[in-house]
Amino acid sequence: MSKILLKGNEALAEAALAAGCRFYSGYPITPQTEILEYLSWRMEEVGGEFVQAESELSGINMVLGAAAAGARALTTSSGPGFSLKQEGISYLVAADLPAVIVNVMRIGTGLGDISQGQGDYWQMTRGGGHGDYRTIVLAPASVQENADLMAVSFDLAEKYRHPVLIASDAAIGQMIEAVEIPEFKEHDIDKFDWTVKGCRKGDEHRKIQNVYYTHPDYESYLLNKYKEIEETEQRYETIQVEDAEVVLVAYGISSRVCLETVEMARSKGLKVGLIRPITLWPFPVKAFEEAGNARLFLSVEINILGQMVDDIRLAVNDKVPVEHYGSIFDIPESEGIIEKIEKWLKKEDM
Amino acid sequence: MKKEIICAGFGGQGVLTAGMILIDAGMKLDKNVLFYPSYGSEMRGGTANCTVKISDKMIACPVSKHPDILLTLNTPAVDKFEDSLSVGGLLIVNSSIVPEDRTYRDDITVIKVPATDIAAEVQNLKAANLVMLGALAASTDIFTVDYLEESILQFFEKKGKGKYNEKNAACYRRGAETVQKA
Repeated sequence: MSKILLKGNEALAEAALAAGCRFYSGYPITPQTEILEYLSWRMEEVGGEFVQAESELSGINMVLGAAAAGARALTTSSGPGFSLKQEGISYLVAADLPAVIVNVMRIGTGLGDISQGQGDYWQMTRGGGHGDYRTIVLAPASVQENADLMAVSFDLAEKYRHPVLIASDAAIGQMIEAVEIPEFKEHDIDKFDWTVKGCRKGDEHRKIQNVYYTHPDYESYLLNKYKEIEETEQRYETIQVEDAEVVLVAYGISSRVCLETVEMARSKGLKVGLIRPITLWPFPVKAFEEAGNARLFLSVEINILGQMVDDIRLAVNDKVPVEHYGSIFDIPESEGIIEKIEKWLKKEDM
Repeated sequence: MKKEIICAGFGGQGVLTAGMILIDAGMKLDKNVLFYPSYGSEMRGGTANCTVKISDKMIACPVSKHPDILLTLNTPAVDKFEDSLSVGGLLIVNSSIVPEDRTYRDDITVIKVPATDIAAEVQNLKAANLVMLGALAASTDIFTVDYLEESILQFFEKKGKGKYNEKNAACYRRGAETVQKA
């Protein structure tokens, strides 16, 4: 297939259809509304169901119903709308149901604002709702990756019977790049033996229920599932980390800036590299094995608190210092990141 | 080749369309392209701008702090972006709207194009952006004048707006001639 120009949000939407998604329900909120807008006309063309729900709660719970029937189901939101979906995500986990939920992150707490943000890292990677769970989180850094990771998300969701989150952001969602949409795949709604459907006399009854109570050994089941995910699903990209003294760690739009930062720093003779987590959970601890010469890990994020720092510290066992470079209303700037690196090196080498 | 361009003007002047035309033309030549719109509470008559990057290499950051080229369709656009233009950069100004006596930085090239007047003469008022693109093609080596014209015509044809192509092409060529004659 040849490349076409799409907004990040549109690429997510089209790629969901290509992955066999035929059910969407969601509620508008900037900066993810283009996903709804696109699917509102496009879903019908491919014979699926699009529902603009009356609220985010309704959106996520319709997804739960569609997933119970075996459909590849999607909902999307941002900021406060994504918070409203947490109860439903917790219920999806409890019922062992696969679904994909996109959070096109915006900045800030409470209402926040509509510009890009990375303040939902903790919410997404620690299990944002009530209860005892985590969710796989994939963080695309380009329009192409929006498309590619959508297909991956549905596959992982079904493989583990678990909701999967996509952590996009306003910048990735709004920008336009050339993209190749993966080939359309048919999804057979009846392919699983656990989905609910009409039951004739004599048919085996199937139930979707809270497996927390009903599973014979839920504790080992959940622990083993998460262990397998942590062992097999780490995804990441490393850029010039082998000889790097300072390794930036960044995902999403911040990682795009850091690609530029690495190039600028190298041209100044600074040995800087980049680890780009593609899965935020499982956090790609394996990537840090490549960074044997690092004297500093610098997390670059669009938030105040440095939400990824904890995970980096765990990944390197606190043997190497970890610092945070945060920006709030703007995308981080390479000049500022390099200034921080130079200051740190100067202080250390004194 | 790596070019960073900011197109800016009033909402409704076609600055975002100009940006889309540029990345469409770049993509068709297998270049890496990126379009990043400003957004917020934008409206018709308010300001609008977009950043466009066209490169042979992978494009990293979507933001441009020091663009190589500025396509400015009104005075606020010049006010806002002139200082950020890289040294030796190119500033293309819509001189139908931006006052003639305005002074500019002396370390950049300024090309004045009466884009709105030309569009009015061709009776294609909405196509001031295409006049500006003609000037851009003729004053840089990103695309040849002929290639970008062909690409623009395809762009509108694909959008189902091919019936305006004759007038659109006229606007574009007049823009290019402004530079070629100068």
